[in-house]
Amino acid sequence: MSSEGATGRLKGLRPRGKPAAPSDGWRELVTPEGVDLRLKVGAYVERFVALLLDFLILLGALVAFSILALIVAWATKASWVTEALGVVWLLGVFVIRNFYFLIFEIQPRAATPGKRVMGLRVVAADGGRLTADAVFARNAMREVEVVLPLTFFLARGDGVDAVLVTLGAIWTGTFVLFPLFNRDRRRLGDLAAGTIVVKSPRKLLQPDLADTERAAAQGVSFSHAQLDVYGIKELHVLEEVLRGGERKAIAEVASRIRAKIGWDGAADIPDRTFLNAYYAGLRGRLESRMLFGRRRRDKFDVD
Amino acid sequence: MAELHLKSWRFRAEREADWRRLETLLAKAEKGGPAKLRSDEILEIPLLYRQALSSLSVARSISLDQSLTDYLETLCTRSYFFVYGARARLPERLAKFFRQDWPQAVQALWRETVVATVLAVVSTVVGYVLVRRDPDWFHSFMDPGMASGRDPTATTAYLRETLYGKPDSAIEGLTGLASFLFTHNAQIAIFAFALGFMFCLPTAALVAMNFGALGAFMALFVSRGLGFEAAGWLSIHGTTELFAIILASAAGFHIGWAVAFPGDRMRVDAAGDAGRRGATAMAGVVVMLFAAGLLEGYGRQLIQNDLARYAVAAAMLAGWLAYFYWPRPVTR
Repeated sequence: MSSEGATGRLKGLRPRGKPAAPSDGWRELVTPEGVDLRLKVGAYVERFVALLLDFLILLGALVAFSILALIVAWATKASWVTEALGVVWLLGVFVIRNFYFLIFEIQPRAATPGKRVMGLRVVAADGGRLTADAVFARNAMREVEVVLPLTFFLARGDGVDAVLVTLGAIWTGTFVLFPLFNRDRRRLGDLAAGTIVVKSPRKLLQPDLADTERAAAQGVSFSHAQLDVYGIKELHVLEEVLRGGERKAIAEVASRIRAKIGWDGAADIPDRTFLNAYYAGLRGRLESRMLFGRRRRDKFDVD
Repeated sequence: MAELHLKSWRFRAEREADWRRLETLLAKAEKGGPAKLRSDEILEIPLLYRQALSSLSVARSISLDQSLTDYLETLCTRSYFFVYGARARLPERLAKFFRQDWPQAVQALWRETVVATVLAVVSTVVGYVLVRRDPDWFHSFMDPGMASGRDPTATTAYLRETLYGKPDSAIEGLTGLASFLFTHNAQIAIFAFALGFMFCLPTAALVAMNFGALGAFMALFVSRGLGFEAAGWLSIHGTTELFAIILASAAGFHIGWAVAFPGDRMRVDAAGDAGRRGATAMAGVVVMLFAAGLLEGYGRQLIQNDLARYAVAAAMLAGWLAYFYWPRPVTR
């Protein structure tokens, strides 16, 4: 299916007159199959660290490359080798400076090593395919966003010159701060290329905690009244506690739940078993009510 | 005892194997590119992807297992970008770029190209006229490093020498010179393009300054009776290089104009379209500047005959014009 098809559907599905983004930091992406993938926009810190990492890698590559060229030049001493090295060095620096980002971002993972470490990737803002020209555009803009402020920053001047340099620094500074002032945290290059940077984490499929069969075998069961104490939000907190596996947190949560629901069953059940059973029971209760159209947000959401 | 299990638990147990299969295939594809997959595996991915998507929407409506929906969201996102992402191989993509994308992008920029050309010609004429009237203007157009001794105080013999002599550059040898010129010019062209975003003005200033310097340079040589020779010296690479710079500025104008006057579209969309089209032209500009660097580094030093220099210049210009603007069938 073509990208035009994808975006056409995307536009067709969006209800007119409604704001597109439901909440801050999220962006909807409706696939042609009609499912919203809910992309999370990369945070400022993550993107900054990714950029820093990439610059460090670039710098390291340049230094290593130069040292290698110097060693070869020193070892051979032939004049034509020196000239050839000069050429290779010039072209190499040009390629590294301009194509490092391009080469990594046109690959299927669409992320430079820095972005990969931070779990980010580049996507086309309209949900279509990320084209090579878009990647070129977003990285060519780096000249204005990074190199230009740097030249003003490093420039020195007296009198009128100093004023001009300061004004230039302010003018270019506005472009550096661009991502702070738009919804999807897009920088200038993202705007010029129609791209956004989103989170692309890899999550492992963790075991299902709601093993009701085992809970039943252990003889722990709860009444409806006991399960109706909490809502979905509390269920998710409980899930996090159980998956975190911290003994102290588990003990604390278990005792609080026991008090809250007025637990009068066997007192010698280990905390973990108790919480597991309660989680399974609560999830079953909430899910079955959800099937009947009642989605209970949290414990205050009483009907 | 299966009835005891939650619906969401059973839902997951039935489909988990397929999700894991999709995950392994994706990992394989992302590591070595789609070429690493067998053809039956390639066919399997879209099916598994649609299955995972439907699992995701079911999971969102019936399951309260947070880790499960999170997992499915990331899995679906990954496979979405794989399934709907670009899959052209590099040679194919390059062939398409030279056959179709680059000339089309340049053609689409024709209005901006005309504007940039007019601006360039006007700045050249202004630079020329000003320096002919009063040679002191020369210094406001050229900085000493770029002029490297070619200023109104130089002797005619020295000026003639610069047109035919060996390059007095810090980098020895023609290859070194060619690659230096290429990288330097390409960096400036990318810069001119990127500056266009600021509502065209910085790009226009850059064009005016560079072509003003060209006019000043010509005025200096014409005043010593070396006009014909200097034009040959400049144009052998200049027709390619100046054309490339004009195209880079045109790409810059295109994007700046789209940002300032997006028409009836969203500013963001207009900027994105213009930026992508400009970027295609810019990638081509880098190629042109590579050719210009070769001509400037090698051709100019090896060809010392004025007429031969003019011939090369004219051939290059005709070649570029034919390549860009020759009407061709539209293939999609």
